[in-house]
Amino acid sequence: MIALLLRDLRLAIRAGGGFGLGLAFFLIVVVLVPFGVGPETELLSRIAPGILWVASLLAALLSLDRIFALDYEDGSLALLATSPLPLEGAAMVKALAHWITTGLPLTLAAPALGFLLSLAPEAYAYLLVSLMIGTPALSMIGTFGAALTVGLRRGGLLLSLLVLPLYVPTLIFGAEAVRRGAEGLDPTGALMLMAGITAGSFALLPFATAAVLRINLR
Amino acid sequence: MSMWEYANPKLFMGWTRPVLPWMFASAGVCLVVGLVWGFFFTPDDFRQGSTVKIIYLHVPSALMAINAWIMMLVASLIWVVRRHHVSALAARAAAPVGVVFTLIALFTGGIWGQPMWGTYWAWDPRLTSFLILFLFYLGYIALWEAIEDPDTAADLTSVLCMVGSVFAILSRYAVLFWNQGLHQGASLSLDKEENISDVFWFPLLVCIAGFVLLFVALVLMRTRTEIRARRIRALEARARRA
Repeated sequence: MIALLLRDLRLAIRAGGGFGLGLAFFLIVVVLVPFGVGPETELLSRIAPGILWVASLLAALLSLDRIFALDYEDGSLALLATSPLPLEGAAMVKALAHWITTGLPLTLAAPALGFLLSLAPEAYAYLLVSLMIGTPALSMIGTFGAALTVGLRRGGLLLSLLVLPLYVPTLIFGAEAVRRGAEGLDPTGALMLMAGITAGSFALLPFATAAVLRINLR
Repeated sequence: MSMWEYANPKLFMGWTRPVLPWMFASAGVCLVVGLVWGFFFTPDDFRQGSTVKIIYLHVPSALMAINAWIMMLVASLIWVVRRHHVSALAARAAAPVGVVFTLIALFTGGIWGQPMWGTYWAWDPRLTSFLILFLFYLGYIALWEAIEDPDTAADLTSVLCMVGSVFAILSRYAVLFWNQGLHQGASLSLDKEENISDVFWFPLLVCIAGFVLLFVALVLMRTRTEIRARRIRALEARARRA
């Protein structure tokens, strides 16, 4: 499992594109918003939690189709399926690698971008915590979506259509936690519910992902 | 003979053919009776005026939009467990019908909401979760359309339906957490005091029965079409090989 994780990480870093691209996309979306809604600091600071969450969700979505597509094309996915490591484990490792290459950098970069959107100072800690808890769920759900569409030639658009509705609960709880933090309310409820979604996704979705991969490899 | 044998495609085609016209006829009778009764022979509500009458379309279609998804979930489970092709095809056939019911519910709700709430749309939990349900239907149908091999498509959409159901329920409760509602609570539950009055209740029941019958009839008809389409594909494949 660790070997697979290291291999995926090495591929993501050295093959170029995947690693920095998500971050750059995140930055651009966040920078575009003030152009769209105007530069009033008050308005920006009010919508900042939502913007940051939606932008990180889209950035995570951007790199999903790379999770399995290359491995499927060159046959290493079939090798993974026949290896002693259960496919469920492989699915979880793939999700983890995706999180380390996109979710984690996004989480670390988010406070800097929150500064651009004049996020309320109390909310920074909650932004960091909520993204840290929530982005693994995005990666795991996305891995499931990527496994569903791996056999399709033009699966990218379909992948977004399938995955985005599944992201709704995570997005609601994530943005809500940051908003409550910004307004000085207690965000623990939202954070705990989101942690529940993340834990549940990692407990159940690897099985669904592996089942779907086996069907696609048939 | 167990109930599963009715899922044999040949038997299915056999018993649905005589049943279908009766289903459509009874659905039509129920809908005509229920809607005419509801529209012309019930009094106006003393606060809502005649706008209350949209309930005869809104409530049954919303009910069936959810039930269609549940039916797809059950059909998907049967396909995964017992590999009955008719079951997978029925799930496929039900999805577009469910989408239409969802749209009817959303639109009639908007038309009613404009005079009553002063807005066509509000980000209310019930409205939002219906919109999300609509997106789930779209993704499900798109996945069916995208995959060529029918068995692979049936397998993948079944898994999507199951995972989607869990997330649809999650979204339902997540939006509750997110926003307090404008939409009124249940008006049809059996044990509550604030049910709607009997004058509206009986025509509504007839309408619901009509929508259920219409849904079953449409799904059976569309399943028959799917079976025929698959037979044609099999015949073509055989002709090509010969």
